[in-house]
Amino acid sequence: MKSKFIPLILIIIFLITFVIFFKGLKNSNIYIPDTNLKKEVPPFELKSFGNDSIVISEKIFKDNDYYFMNIWASWCVPCKEEHEFLMELKKDDRVQLIGFNYKDNFKNASSFLKDLGNPYNIIVSDKDGTASIEWGAYGVPESFLVFQNEIIKRFIGPINNEDLLEIQKIIR
Amino acid sequence: MRSIHIFLILSIILSFNFLKADEIKTENKIAKNLRCLICQGQSVYDSDSEFAVSLKLVIKNKIKEGLSEEEIYSFLKIKYGEWILYDPVFNRNTYFLWLLPILIFLAGGAIIIKRFYNKK
Repeated sequence: MKSKFIPLILIIIFLITFVIFFKGLKNSNIYIPDTNLKKEVPPFELKSFGNDSIVISEKIFKDNDYYFMNIWASWCVPCKEEHEFLMELKKDDRVQLIGFNYKDNFKNASSFLKDLGNPYNIIVSDKDGTASIEWGAYGVPESFLVFQNEIIKRFIGPINNEDLLEIQKIIR
Repeated sequence: MRSIHIFLILSIILSFNFLKADEIKTENKIAKNLRCLICQGQSVYDSDSEFAVSLKLVIKNKIKEGLSEEEIYSFLKIKYGEWILYDPVFNRNTYFLWLLPILIFLAGGAIIIKRFYNKK
């Protein structure tokens, strides 16, 4: 009785372990945070892009307007990919685009905008990337849709046509 | 007189270094306890990605502002979620994780004790 019982338990344990690990194989091992979390806009004071004036977040984000905060850099390849969608979004006057120039130098960034067009209403420069950390950002590109001083939607990575349609649906 | 001067200067320099060293120590300790979210299997301390470099800078600034280690962890938890901490917090989702080793340990102990008494 006892000799039959032990192998049975071993087989069951083995099977359970196998199933857990097998299922784990199929799971994505890239961490995706909860992108629908409602969070208040973190206040910041940053240098304006191009000149040395200071831009304060309270003066940018006003109530009852939609803002699309986009973190970008000229050295970032996927940023070029999403740029046409930003230009498309610029045509919509219900939303204002805020550019967060991430760890970039002025010369490269301005020639990037010259070549591809400037979709932004306001650009601030985040030289050391610390302000982006306050936003809970991972890197470039990353975007936040802001309404009434709250982040209502977050886009990690380059935005695509689907995202664009979604944004247009939200701000309608 | 001169020796007093030298002593004073030395003591100032030394005490200053101690403070700085403490700051760097806690800074590294915090960075080692954080998961670099965009680079798999590395801590923020080990990583040189843009994200990790900025995060280390943020930690440094927060320490300078006078935030404690716990306060920095909770700040980052709000920003990035619990996943950023290597040490999972004890809550409903992690009961199993924390209690399983203890349960296995107790079960093992029970088996050993049982065998021991059976032999007797």
